[in-house]
Amino acid sequence: MAPAPSPLTARASITVRVQPGDFDTAAEIDALSAGRTDIGAVVTFSGLCREEKGQLAALELEHYPGMAEAEIRRICETAVARFDLQGATAIHRFGRIAPGDRIVLVIAASTHRQAAFDGASFIMDYLKTAAPFWKKEHLKDGTARGWVSAKDTDDTARDRWS
Amino acid sequence: MREVRLVYFAWVRERIGLSDEIVSLPEAVVTAGDLITWLKGRGEDYAAALEHENVIRVAVDQDHVEHDEPLGSAREIALFPPMTGG
Repeated sequence: MAPAPSPLTARASITVRVQPGDFDTAAEIDALSAGRTDIGAVVTFSGLCREEKGQLAALELEHYPGMAEAEIRRICETAVARFDLQGATAIHRFGRIAPGDRIVLVIAASTHRQAAFDGASFIMDYLKTAAPFWKKEHLKDGTARGWVSAKDTDDTARDRWS
Repeated sequence: MREVRLVYFAWVRERIGLSDEIVSLPEAVVTAGDLITWLKGRGEDYAAALEHENVIRVAVDQDHVEHDEPLGSAREIALFPPMTGG
């Protein structure tokens, strides 16, 4: 779980969306930085659906409506306060997603680059372990391989921030 | 007895065979862990879904809680596997 956020930086803007459809990465970067001259660095992370050696037909992403948005927002607020970010955007898709398609987008904006790199990394590490989403794999032969297991390495990645 | 809405996700939902239900909790169910123990006694499907108690995550009114935390006056309690988004 993300530590409790402290009061936000005055002008930090946070955008969180959980949606079935795709997103436009460039448009989201522009939206975060539009009309601002205090941002010196923007880091983006895009998570894509892998083909898993050609076996995967699609991922099915289930989420907890309401809590998914709330939890991602809590994580972004914590990151903004901790790294003094000027803004953060996190968009996560749900439903059926094919290999090559985008799943998640995280953008962190800051005055200098290191905070933006750290902020984006922090948001992703907590998103993977605390945001209520679950992936199920559907294979090309029509079978369901089942639910993806959580990885210990994701917990380790998150724990380096505490 | 108090009424709460239980919601289930991913393989917890599939194994129990329900996405949500309203239940009356006995007074003895105080913590999230108590809830899991009580649910396991409700039938084979519940016992199978919650067999590995330690991996089951619990959210009270859409906030993560540990198994030793009290449920309080929760209206909605969710049970689900470790998360695999991102």
